[in-house]
Amino acid sequence: MRPTLALTVSLALSSFAVCAPLVPAAYAAGASDTDQERAARWQEIAKSIFGDRKIEPTDTLVTLDTPKRAEDAALVPITLSMPERDKIKSVSLVIDDNPAPYAAKFEFGPAADTRELKLRVRVNNYTDMHAVVETTDGKLYEAKQFVKASGGCSAPMGMSDEEAMKGMGDMRMKFADAHPDKPVAATLMIRHPNFSGMQMNQVTREYTPARYIDKLTVSAGDQTVFTMTGDISIASNPVINFSFKPDGKPIQVAASDNQGGRWTHSFPVPSQTN
Amino acid sequence: MTAFAVRPKRSGSPGGLSRRHALLGGLCLCCAATAGLSARAYAEAFTMEEVGPGIFIRKGLIADASPENVDAIANIGFIVGRDGVLVTESGGSLADGQWLRGQIAKHTDKPVTHVVLSHVHPDHVFGAGAFAAEKPVFIGHAKLREALDARGEFYRQRLIDLFGAERTGPVVYPTMSVADTAEVNLGDRTLSFTAHGPAHTTSDLSMRDSRSGLLFPADLLFVERIPSLDGSLKGWLKELERVKASGATQAVPGHGPVRVDLAPAVADLTTYLTALRDGTKAAIAQDIPIDKAVETVGQDQSGKWQLFEHYNRRNVTVAYQELEWD
Repeated sequence: MRPTLALTVSLALSSFAVCAPLVPAAYAAGASDTDQERAARWQEIAKSIFGDRKIEPTDTLVTLDTPKRAEDAALVPITLSMPERDKIKSVSLVIDDNPAPYAAKFEFGPAADTRELKLRVRVNNYTDMHAVVETTDGKLYEAKQFVKASGGCSAPMGMSDEEAMKGMGDMRMKFADAHPDKPVAATLMIRHPNFSGMQMNQVTREYTPARYIDKLTVSAGDQTVFTMTGDISIASNPVINFSFKPDGKPIQVAASDNQGGRWTHSFPVPSQTN
Repeated sequence: MTAFAVRPKRSGSPGGLSRRHALLGGLCLCCAATAGLSARAYAEAFTMEEVGPGIFIRKGLIADASPENVDAIANIGFIVGRDGVLVTESGGSLADGQWLRGQIAKHTDKPVTHVVLSHVHPDHVFGAGAFAAEKPVFIGHAKLREALDARGEFYRQRLIDLFGAERTGPVVYPTMSVADTAEVNLGDRTLSFTAHGPAHTTSDLSMRDSRSGLLFPADLLFVERIPSLDGSLKGWLKELERVKASGATQAVPGHGPVRVDLAPAVADLTTYLTALRDGTKAAIAQDIPIDKAVETVGQDQSGKWQLFEHYNRRNVTVAYQELEWD
C-alpha cells in the first residue's frame, strides 16, 4: 500500500473515497519503520511535490515545533517559525505518513510577518513531518520533526455530521495587543468540519465524503498576508495563528472548500496602543 | 475512560506502555504486582468484592489497555436478583467479559438477564460479547447506538492491535435504549436508569439499585484515576449536579475503589473539572495557544490523580476546543 501514498500527494484532491481502504494498512505501518525507510519515503514525496529541485536542510530559515507525542492525533498543534521574513516566499507542510501527505502550503504576501505561524493538523501515523520553505531567490530548505500519533485522520468526530457542520463558515479573529510599527499577532478561527473522507458517518455507516478548506486568503487591506492551500490533514474547526503588518485597514478573510463552499469575513483591527 | 481508543496514542514498544508501567510501579502496588504476568494469570489475580447485598465488583487496574491486561481497567461486576443477574459493566474485552462470566458462575446459577453498556468507551463495552449467547437485554443510552456506529470498529481495531481479535470480541449494541429514565425489575430489587446529557461521553448512563441504595454512575465518577474528558466539560459539571441530587450516599465509580462515599468523590472530581475549565478559559482569554495551554492548565491538580501526566494534557486539548468558541 505504501507507494499509493505518493500518488495521493496532491493538495487538489477532489474526493477522498480512495483512501478508505488504506486505513487498515496505515494502522499497521509507520511506528516501526527505520530511518532509512522514512528517508526514502520523503524522497519520493518531495519529488512528487517539488520535482527534481534540490532541498537543503536548514536550522535557521524555518524551524518546526511539534509535540513529540501528540495528545490528540486529530488535533496536533504545529508551530512554524521563519524569523527571516524578507527571505521567505512560501512554506509547505508535509506529513509524510498521512494518506494525503501535503497538508498545507502558505504563500506569503507583503503584509505577512512570518516569524511564527501555528496551525492544527491531523496525524494518522507515527511520522516524519517536513516544513519546506521557498526563499525569494527560489531555493528550497527543509526542517524535519518526528511525531508520535496515530489515527488522527480516521478518528470519528464524536458528533453527527450535521452537528459537525453547524455554523460552517463562521469565523472569529482575535488580535493580540498592537504596538506601533510592530507586527500584530492574530488568531483566526473557522468553523468547518474539514471532513477527511476517512471518518464514518454514524447513521449511514458510509464514509463521510471529504470536505475541507482548500483555499484561505487573509489580507490586511489590499495587501495579502498569506494564501493557504489546504487539505484533509488540517484539523476540524481550523485555527491559525499568524502575524501581519497592520496598516489600519480591516483584515479580510476569504475561505473556500472543495465542495464549493465560500465564505468571506472582515475584521476591524483594534487601534494600536503605545 | 479511555483516551487511548478515542484518539489513540500508541506506545513505541510492542509490549506497550512500559513507561506507564514504570509509573504505576511507584503508585499502585496491585498493578506492579501483576504487571509482568500472562493475560490469564493477570485475570486470575483479580477478585470480586461484595460491595452490597448481592453486588459484586472487580476493581479495574489503574492503567491503560495493554496486551497483558486485556483492557481490564474498569470497575466491572454484577448484581444478583431473585429472577436473574444484571451485569453492571461488561469489561474491556471479550477476555475480560469471559472472566467476569466465570466469576458470576462461581456465585450463582441464575441466568444473566441484563447487561449494562454504561457508555461507548471500550473498557466498558467490549466484555459484552461474553454474554451474547445468553441473549440478555443489553441496556444502553439512546445515543449509544450511534456512538458505537461511529467508533465501535475503530476501537475494536485498536484492541486487536494490542491483543488480537480473539480476545477483543465483537461490538455489541444495546437492545434496550434509555432516552431519559427506565427501570428494570429483578424480582426483589429494581434498577433505575438515567440517561445523561453530554458529559464524560455523549452516551453516559447511570444506575441506582433500590435494595442497597448504591448509585452506579459509571464514568461520570472517576476516583483515583484522572478523569478523561470525551463529551462536554460544561455538560459534565452540570450532570454531576444531578448525580449529587440523586439522593445516594455511596457509589460504585467507573474507576478507582469499588465503593466510595458519593459526596466527597463528586467534590474531588468537580475540583479537577473546575480547574480544567477555569484554567482553559483563562488561557483562551489570554490568547495562550493550545500547545502552550496543555503545558500549564490543571498542573496544580497533578498530585491528586494517577495517570495525570497521561491524560491532563489531552483533557486540556478537548476542553480548549469546547471553550474556545464560547
